[in-house]
Amino acid sequence: MSVAAVDREWRRYTGAQRLGRFALYFGIVAACVVSLRTVEIIPEFLYDAHEQVADLLKRMWPIAWDHYPKGVHDALIETLHIATLGTILAIVMAVPLGVLAAHNIVPNAAINYFAKFLLVSSRSVNSLVWALLFVAVFGPGALAGTLAIAFRSIGFVGKLFGEALEETRSGPVEALKAAGAPWMSIFLKGYWPQVVPAFWAIALFRWDISVRESAVLGLVGAGGIGMAIDTAMNLFQWDRVAVMLVAIFAVVLVAELIVTWIRKRII
Amino acid sequence: MSSGAATARPTAFRPSWVARAGWLVFLAYVIYAASVLDFTWDRFVVGLEQGARFVARMFPPDTSPDKMKLMARGLYESLEIAIIASALGIVLSLPIGLLAARNLMPAWVTWPTRLFIALCRSFHQVIIAIVFVKAVGFGALAGILALTVASIGFVAKLFAEAIEEISLKQVEAIRATGASFMNVVVYGVMPQVLTRFVGFATYQVDSNLRNSTMVGIVGAGGIGGTMFAAFQKFDYDFLLTILLAIIAMIMLSEALQNRVKRLFQ
Repeated sequence: MSVAAVDREWRRYTGAQRLGRFALYFGIVAACVVSLRTVEIIPEFLYDAHEQVADLLKRMWPIAWDHYPKGVHDALIETLHIATLGTILAIVMAVPLGVLAAHNIVPNAAINYFAKFLLVSSRSVNSLVWALLFVAVFGPGALAGTLAIAFRSIGFVGKLFGEALEETRSGPVEALKAAGAPWMSIFLKGYWPQVVPAFWAIALFRWDISVRESAVLGLVGAGGIGMAIDTAMNLFQWDRVAVMLVAIFAVVLVAELIVTWIRKRII
Repeated sequence: MSSGAATARPTAFRPSWVARAGWLVFLAYVIYAASVLDFTWDRFVVGLEQGARFVARMFPPDTSPDKMKLMARGLYESLEIAIIASALGIVLSLPIGLLAARNLMPAWVTWPTRLFIALCRSFHQVIIAIVFVKAVGFGALAGILALTVASIGFVAKLFAEAIEEISLKQVEAIRATGASFMNVVVYGVMPQVLTRFVGFATYQVDSNLRNSTMVGIVGAGGIGGTMFAAFQKFDYDFLLTILLAIIAMIMLSEALQNRVKRLFQ
């Protein structure tokens, strides 16, 4: 046995892999250092941060509970309607797009890519930006908010639904095809039963996110409780802001409980 | 055998009356909610006209040098906010996630930690940013703090859940050698959850990048402030430039992430 064979050093990764990883770690550290050195932070603002927080809490206390029935309840309900209707609208539009994006249902690469492109563009625009655009088009109000939630959610729902469709088994579908079933029956009885659990999971998950997001859309004028927060903040009525924050917290908590409960029951 | 032709053949797919009633309730809700929110066809038609005017004013996108400089500065600040907030949030999530894992920590530690994580999670980044703008003033610092809090809410929660799902056999084996608590964590727990932690962290970096372009709307630094100002000044051509730049940045980061993922496969 030659000496070289004994002395050979075993490594887990190839040279290129190690180089790539090193470049990644180096890049991460460099990005952090450069950002920290160049970011514009005004230290004077930091010195009185604790006073500002104390001032904020003092202004928030006592929380203006009596404002809830007058100015918060209706806005909160509107927020919930925006989230729910927006999610429903998104699902209605996303299901066909998801079908078009699934290559096992629509075996046409051009259509698949087109559908995926639409889904990606829906996702890469933040819901606040969608809200800005729809406020410019439809004016301030709940309509802009609902459409913003819907257009942001299409990409999310469509992508996950399409992926669920692509993971279905082809057995039941082939059986239906062999029996001469029309296209709609193949979809409803072949694919649909296999993706129902995924569908409900996606819909509930998205609704949960929509409830959180719809609370801020009002900051750009798209209706819901965000508008009430914006007004109260501009008038420095922090005690009213506090009651709205508590209300949002409660609604988000309840939404999460509902989602968990439904998931346990139907999935 | 069956009695044959006399009885009707049972249908293969029986209609479900519960499901149909559910659809009716669902439809009733949609109509009710749409009427409460005052959605009418007239508004839609008026909106379409306005939308056409809006789109017309967006073109061509404004690329004058001073505007481009303004935009570049905003984008750069957004990037800084995203990077620092991700680094801080991910590093802080490690101990916080560990403290929230119910299979490693006693209940009196996990409960307060889990409450803290839930509090971080339940508000949207922009709402957290509002509070920090009041606390530390306008600028990038408020955005960094807001996104850090949001990162903790997401990464620490999933990290804690990942730790709770580990196999305790390895942990026990390492404990049996008389290892200290830190050694148990480093050699028993981390190897089992590290890949998942990296997954959550990369997802959060992506999410922070998206949200760092938004926190500026409430004055917490980054391109969002420039964008909202352009919107309020009806500078729609500049707005389009900013939107295209944001989308390009996000798509670039997604491409970069895919490369990084391939590196680790």
